This record gives sequence, structure tokens and C-alpha cells, in this order.
Amino acid sequence: MNDIYQKLQDVFRDVFDDPDIVLTPETTASDIQGWDSQAHISLIVAAEEKFGIRFRTAELESLHNVSDFADLIRKKSTAG
Amino acid sequence: MLRMDWLPPRPVGFDSFDEAFHATHDLTNTDEILARLRLLSGCRRNFLQTGKADRLLEKVAQKTDGHLASDLRTVRIAILASHTVEHLVPSVRIAALARSLDARIHVAPYGQYRQAVYGPHADLLAFSPQFILFALDMRDAPLDLPLSASLADVDEAVLRRTDELRALWRHAMATFGATIIQQTFLNVDPPVFGAFEQLVPASRASVLLRLHLSLAQAAREEGVLLLDMDECTTLAGGLPELHDAIRWHQAKQFVSPHAAIIWGDVLARIIAAACGLSRKCLIVDLDNTLWGGTAGDDGPEYLRLGPGTPDGEAFYVFQEHISRLMQRGIAVAVCSKNDINIAEAAFNQPSMKIQRRDIAVFVANWNNKADNIREISRTLSLGLDAFVFADDNPAEREIVRRELPQVAVPELSDDPSDYPRLISASGWFEAASFTRDDAIRVQNYSADVSRSAARENASDLDSYLQDLNMVMSARRLADSDFSRVLQLLNKTNQFNLTGRRYTGPELRALLSCPSAQIWTFRLADRFGDNGLVSVVILVPNEISPSVSGQDQKLLHIENWIMSCRVLGRGLEHAALAVLIQAMKQNNISDVTADYRQTSRNSMVSGHYASLGFSRTDGTEDGTDTSWALCTHDPIHDATQKACMNIRIVTDE
Repeated sequence: MNDIYQKLQDVFRDVFDDPDIVLTPETTASDIQGWDSQAHISLIVAAEEKFGIRFRTAELESLHNVSDFADLIRKKSTAG
Repeated sequence: MLRMDWLPPRPVGFDSFDEAFHATHDLTNTDEILARLRLLSGCRRNFLQTGKADRLLEKVAQKTDGHLASDLRTVRIAILASHTVEHLVPSVRIAALARSLDARIHVAPYGQYRQAVYGPHADLLAFSPQFILFALDMRDAPLDLPLSASLADVDEAVLRRTDELRALWRHAMATFGATIIQQTFLNVDPPVFGAFEQLVPASRASVLLRLHLSLAQAAREEGVLLLDMDECTTLAGGLPELHDAIRWHQAKQFVSPHAAIIWGDVLARIIAAACGLSRKCLIVDLDNTLWGGTAGDDGPEYLRLGPGTPDGEAFYVFQEHISRLMQRGIAVAVCSKNDINIAEAAFNQPSMKIQRRDIAVFVANWNNKADNIREISRTLSLGLDAFVFADDNPAEREIVRRELPQVAVPELSDDPSDYPRLISASGWFEAASFTRDDAIRVQNYSADVSRSAARENASDLDSYLQDLNMVMSARRLADSDFSRVLQLLNKTNQFNLTGRRYTGPELRALLSCPSAQIWTFRLADRFGDNGLVSVVILVPNEISPSVSGQDQKLLHIENWIMSCRVLGRGLEHAALAVLIQAMKQNNISDVTADYRQTSRNSMVSGHYASLGFSRTDGTEDGTDTSWALCTHDPIHDATQKACMNIRIVTDE
């Protein structure tokens, strides 16, 4: 669990080029400057690379905050 | 695996993209950050790295109020798409930066391309695009025919769709005066017939193939450029890399995020080509670049080239590729660490596809290659940004990248079989037109070198000019020269009096305006035909004061450009003589003109003074000046003299 947050935090820091980003489960797009639809695509691509997973067609509908993100990654990592 | 293997693998002076990018945090000066971004834009990078570079570029643009750097040309591009393109925009901007363009991009609402052109389009008009890309996909052009439809049915449907697009292009050109780029329709549906698919007239593959041919024909006729999605697919390494069905269903992304770097690069190179920024000359190394082996050590007769050895065949195919580049107007120069006699002797080998006489400048010595390239640039009178350098030796490539960042240095692999693909994929020779003059240009470069030699041998400039037997033909712009004139107007930087650029539709509008005159000048001499080398655009003067109640007609020179290759021959004087003659015949008493300084045209700041114009206005430092000439004044001495050296043929 913590490992996923740590890695996800690295992804966010890298995508937004901001080493000060600290993620909590409640973090949403409105908390991070620059988290627009454009950056969202980068996050998804970067997370796929970092965790070695591939989000399925139906899986991206319900990603509203960081905990949604982390839950989905955990589910896919353990399943895989 | 998608990677742009023709780009330098890492930025000069750094171990990786990421290292160079993170080091931007230590930079505070926006000029330094921009210089670093330009370096990064030209090297290998993925979707995420490109996105980060673009966000930093955006910050620099905000800090500098959008004035990034004086040597970047601003281009405004509108993308009208039937699929999502927002994720592609950073890749376009960064690839544009690598080609010295500051791309401003307007994306019309998704799927609304018809409305953007035909409907209320205040947004687009305000943006004033110079380029409009129609990024359409096959699902938008379904041509949903039953699989049993006949070939005639297919052709009718294809024609209907082509005509619809033709109308769209015409309307967009007329409304916005922009150059149109049409994305070709890529088939992403798997076949239902297997290999038999191509033999069924109404199959997806057949219909899209016929649409493609019909579209290319229409584009040729309308002066529209194509963004070739088949080429994008090849560059991306195949369809699964270019198009990801998951992303399509999730977000209507026709081009996958990973392939954004390819699509962006292809669009940027097309626009750079249309702006006249494509490269003009390929400089090649010899040993292990043009042939296998070392001429000096192995001996010219033992080089590997042509049939007999596998890599000899690969080198021959590379020579064939270069030979085709020459046919389309790319000059070729040699820069090799070699003994010149041995290097030239190698060209006597029967298996050589490229001949010694094809080489515009031949430099073989033991000097530093950066110095030699500077020398080639001087000899050919081409700026360093006109060259592509191909060398199998990574150390030589690195030196040239470091010393001469303006020279494009595609990465080559350690296998000659890859060379043609890598040189082509680098996109530095992208064309936006192909004219008669392009085909004769290669002989011109060699002739230029002969002219320089004649000049050095002549006792004085005047006798050199007399001996050249120059003939200038002057004529009003004809349709057959339209592409060449557009190309010349957009790529001439130095002998360009105002720096004004024209899109195809803008030039077309001028051509059809009865009161405007577009003059073209060709120059031939005893060394060959230089082709169409100068253009003067005359428009009615906006302020036509009438003196003493008489109707006085005035013309204004909107721009005057000339190819630097014919500099110092008096051509501009001969051209002026033709213009004055024509104006007198039409009772035009006065002509006005402006000089507007750009970053590249200071060499012509004295152009109008040297032609005998009087200065009427302008800034103290001479950066912006206005001039006038009375056509009844006596002809200037220099003009008379030039007319003695140049025979003038007018073709009215």
C-alpha cells in the first residue's frame, strides 16, 4: 500500500516536474496545479510505465482522486 | 518499440535527456532555459519527456510575453479534427522548436471542423491561422457501402467525399488565407476477407486506397499539403504503435499518446518545409559512409561497394538514395578525412553510383570537420542551417553537433542498411513543392563553384561580369512558376527587403488582383541556367495623392527578394530597368518602397539607395526606411552599367 503511494508520488513529481508534491488518498485534480486533462493523459501513461500495467478500456472512467488511482493499481498489480 | 532512432540519442554535453532537463532548474535566465529546450527538442525523447519540455516552454513563453527569441519564426496553426488532438499539441510545439519555429496552436472543438469553417468562426478568424490542418479519421469518412457494392458505386462515393473536402479547403483558403494541410485517412480496421480484402472493391482497404488516390489528386490541384498517415505509421514502427484501440475508445485519441512524438514531428516538418526551412545540401563522409572500407588503407580498388558483399550492396543502395535526393534538388558535398587524390580516385571505381562531378564541393583533408563544413558553407553561399551532415563515426557527429548546432546531424546506426531510412526519417529534406527549378538546381551548385573559380581568375569584377554572358528573362508571374515563387518568397531570408511571408492563398489573391503586379526574373549565363531567382511584388500605393488635379498613378514595392546565389551580378539593376520601362508604358510616374529590418536581412539595408531611390522617411538607426523613385528621372549609373553586362529578354 505505502509502496504504491510512494511510487505514484514519484510519477506525479516527475510528470509535474515538482519535487514538493505530497500525495494523500484525498488528493484530487484541484489540489495540484496543472492537473488538467492533458496532464491526466501523461499521468496514465507514466503510471502504466512505472507499474508495468495496462489500464483496460473501461477502467479510466472512475479515477477522481489519488486513492481511486492507487486502488486500481493495487487491484491490477495483485491480479497480474 | 517506438523510438525516434534518427534523432541524436542524448543532448550534447549531457548523458541523458532527463539529466539535461533537471539541470534547467539551475537556470534562471529565460534565454538559457530556451536554449536548453531547443537542444532537448532536437534529441531523442518520449511522450512524457516531450510533455515536460512543453510545460517548461509554456512557462518561458509566459515570462517573455510570448517573445521567445528573435530567430524563431512564429507560425499559427489551427487544428480542426474529427478526433482528440489535445495530447498531440506538446509534441507539435517541441518538434517545431527543433526546427526554429515558435508554433502557436489553436484547436477547434472536437468533431466541429465543418462548423469551424462554415459556421460562425470569430475565434478562428481572430486567431488568423497561417496553416489549417484537417485531422480527419476514417470513421469520419465512413463511406459505408455494402461489401457487395460495385467499383462504380465506390468511385462515386469517393468522388463525393473528395468534392466535399475540396469545397471545405477552398472555403477555408478563401476565408482565412491559410495554407491547408489534409491528414490522410488511415485504415485501422482489420480485414474481414484476409489477404483477399484488396480484391473486393467495397472492402475497407479498397475504399480507403481509392479515397487516398483521389484525395492526393485533389490536393495537387488545389495546392493543399498532405499529412501522410501511412508515413507516420512507418515512422512509428507499425499500426499498433500509431493507433491504440483502447485510447480510441477511452478518449477518441486516433493517434496514441506514445506516437504523439511522431505525428508532431511530421506536422512540424511539413510546416517548416512550407516556411522554406528545409535543408538544401547533404554533406557526406566517405569511408564507411558512402562505401565500405578505407580508401587510404585498403586502396580505392578494394572498397566494398555494389554486388559482391552484403554491406557493399547496402552502401550502393545508400548511394542510390542520395542520387534520388539530388534529382529532387538537394546538393551533395563531401567532407572526409582523406588524402584528396586517393578520395577522388575512389570515384573512378565502376561500381560508384554517385559520380565525382555530382559533388558540389569536395573537401578531403585532415582538418577538423566543423571547420571544413564552415568552408563548404562559404563556398556554396549557404547558411549553416541549410546542411545535413551524414557520418558513420559517432565522434565526428558529436563534434559537429557541438561546434555547429545549426547543422542537422541525424543519428546513423553502425549498419549501412539503415542509412537511407535514417536520413529520410529525420525529415530535414521534407518538401512542400517540387518544381522544374528544383530539378536543375544541383547542376547550379556545381556551376556556382565554376563561377567562383572564374571570378578568382578574372583580372577585375567587371571583366568577369562581361564574360559571364548573362541573360535575364523578365516576365509577370505565370501559373507554371507559382510554386517556385511561393517557395522563394518563403525561404529567402537575406535578400528580402521586408521579410514578409505569403501563404499560397495570399499569393493567389495577389495574382488575381488586376492592379498588383508580380514580376519574376530568371538568370542564365555561360555556366548554366540559375532558374527563377528574383521576385518583385508591386501593389497600388494606398495613399495616391493627386498633384495639381491630375490623376497620378503610384505603385508600391511590397517586397523584393532575390536568391543570394546571384548576388553581386547587377541583376537587381537590370530588374529595376525592366520595372521602370513597364511603369513608363503605363504612365506610372512614381514608385515607393520600404525596407523593414529582420534578424537576417541587414545586407540589403542599402538596396534602394544603391538603385537611386531617395529616402522619404524612416527611423534614425535605419531599421525601417521608406523610399521613392520617379520613373522619369535619369537612369542611375550603376543601373546603366548593369544593363550593359546583362542581356534583357522581356516576355510580356
